[in-house]
Amino acid sequence: MPPALTTRALVKRYGRTTALAGVDLEIAPGELVGLLGPNGAGKSTLTKIVCGIVRSSGGEAKVCGARAGSRSARAAIGYLAELFRFPDWLSAEEVLVLHQRLASSRGGADERRDLLGLVGLTDARRVRVSAMSKGMQQRLGVAQALVGRPRLLLLDEPTSALDPAGRRTVRELLERLREREIAVLLNSHLLSEVELVCDRVAILSHGRLVAAGAMNELTRSRGLEVETSAGVRLIEDVGRAQVPQLVRELVAAGEDVFSVRLVRSTLEEAFLELTGSDAA
Amino acid sequence: MNAALVAVYAFRETLRRRVFLAVLVLTTAFVALYWLGARFVFSKTSGFSGNPVVDENVVRGASVFGLALFATYFLGCVLAIFLTLGAIRGEAERGLLQPLVARPVGRSSLIGGRLLAAVLVCVPYVVVVYAIVLAITRHTLHWAPDRQLEPMLALMLAVTIIAALSLLGSVFLAPIANGITVFMLLGIGMVAGLLGQIGVVMKIHSLERIAEASSWIAPFEALYQRSLFALTAETSGVTKTVLSLGPFGGPQAGPSQLWLWSLGYLALVTAAVLAAFARLDL
Ligand SMILES: Nc1ncnc2c1ncn2[C@@H]1O[C@H](COP(=O)(O)OP(=O)(O)O)[C@@H](O)[C@H]1O
Ligand SMILES: [Mg+2]
Repeated sequence: MPPALTTRALVKRYGRTTALAGVDLEIAPGELVGLLGPNGAGKSTLTKIVCGIVRSSGGEAKVCGARAGSRSARAAIGYLAELFRFPDWLSAEEVLVLHQRLASSRGGADERRDLLGLVGLTDARRVRVSAMSKGMQQRLGVAQALVGRPRLLLLDEPTSALDPAGRRTVRELLERLREREIAVLLNSHLLSEVELVCDRVAILSHGRLVAAGAMNELTRSRGLEVETSAGVRLIEDVGRAQVPQLVRELVAAGEDVFSVRLVRSTLEEAFLELTGSDAA
Repeated sequence: MNAALVAVYAFRETLRRRVFLAVLVLTTAFVALYWLGARFVFSKTSGFSGNPVVDENVVRGASVFGLALFATYFLGCVLAIFLTLGAIRGEAERGLLQPLVARPVGRSSLIGGRLLAAVLVCVPYVVVVYAIVLAITRHTLHWAPDRQLEPMLALMLAVTIIAALSLLGSVFLAPIANGITVFMLLGIGMVAGLLGQIGVVMKIHSLERIAEASSWIAPFEALYQRSLFALTAETSGVTKTVLSLGPFGGPQAGPSQLWLWSLGYLALVTAAVLAAFARLDL
């Protein structure tokens, strides 16, 4: 199976602004990748090129082997824009019907029931968009993006407008997507959220990918936090392998050891380090 | 297929926006006013020309019906512009367009659907209003235009072109700016048309050139002129001369290829919308 997404030296210029300065990114089928970056880093631009609503200025982007923007590429994606709205006179069910038609989905009523259930809108299927809270609209947006069984789901800041409970719902939903083997590109500037659900993280800054990898590759060991009768202290530059030796030494020195904990830098620290001052 | 789907949703959207209610009320007011005016003209005018050779019934009928044509054209254009002025940039700014464009639907279907929805509203509108004012004119003024189908066809094509132009503007401009621009275009076309009429009556060549050029650049105006011209196309003699001095001057038949050029113009504008929208970053 070809990767869900491949970009090679992807460039986008808006007049004099360079939004993307050559981005190489790959997402395997079924993989959940978080795209992080400060505001203006180019996250939305990358997503929009992949779903074909913005034209790239150079390089290439492929969705399941098809050129991004082509009909078959668009048939393979589901997209939730950062700012979106559905006609407010449609009900949740009608929004899905519209998108089923546009996506030529044969899922019918079963697909609609399944998706509304997945996002917790089963009881709201007849509720009009105009009567929905922001959170309900956001969840409807996710259901809409899943119409037609996409291979790649592009979510641009899906939770930035949600309250903590709404965020949690979306997070749980992403977990459930794993079972469906849908690859996800999750744009966010909310690190904790990405940290909690993503297999892999890519960090974008000024249109360049400054880091990409699994969570434990991006965060690094900061040392060992030890609690003894003398108090809590951080011992730097020691790894897991040195722990038994260290504890023996402490005990030999007459200290009572209460706890030992390996400390890693958080994603936030890695992020701030990599993106520099512009994250402020 | 997809264009039809987009058209259906755009059409339902307009139904929802209460535009129809406003249009219905205002059109009823206009028709009532016209009916009253026509009755008034009929009862208060006779022997106004003081010339037995002039067919006063024709002068009266053509002048009053000319006014009705202008109103029909103007209202049809207002409708065409309001239905399309925010179709692309406006809807993209509100976030309505992105979910649709990301779907495997050609952008041309989206444009085709929007144009179709607008045309399906304003063309029948023009037809209905035209039919009503024609019936009123026949009844109260006992006069009918020399050609009855041609003015209607000309107005139908004119409002279609205006809808396409407004759709083109909507790719580049925010809704309000677009609305102002298209109305200005309509106004400039009208002024050029009137200048041309003055030029023809007074035999001023430079003004005639303006009229000629404007009918190529703004065929919607030339079509409107053609609709006025068709009212008394078969009338001749002193009556025709009197008419050409009236408030609607001497409307021009326009270039002989007007119909062909107008259709070509519509095709060009539509192609320009497609090309502009195809390269628009949303
Ligand atoms: N339509 C546009 N026209 C001009 N500049 C744009 C446009 N869209 C985005 N940009 C610029 O491109 C850069 C990246 O923007 P964006 O992709 O929205 O960043 P992010 O989603 O990471 O916040 C920013 O500098 C932004 O100002
Ligand atoms: Mg963004």
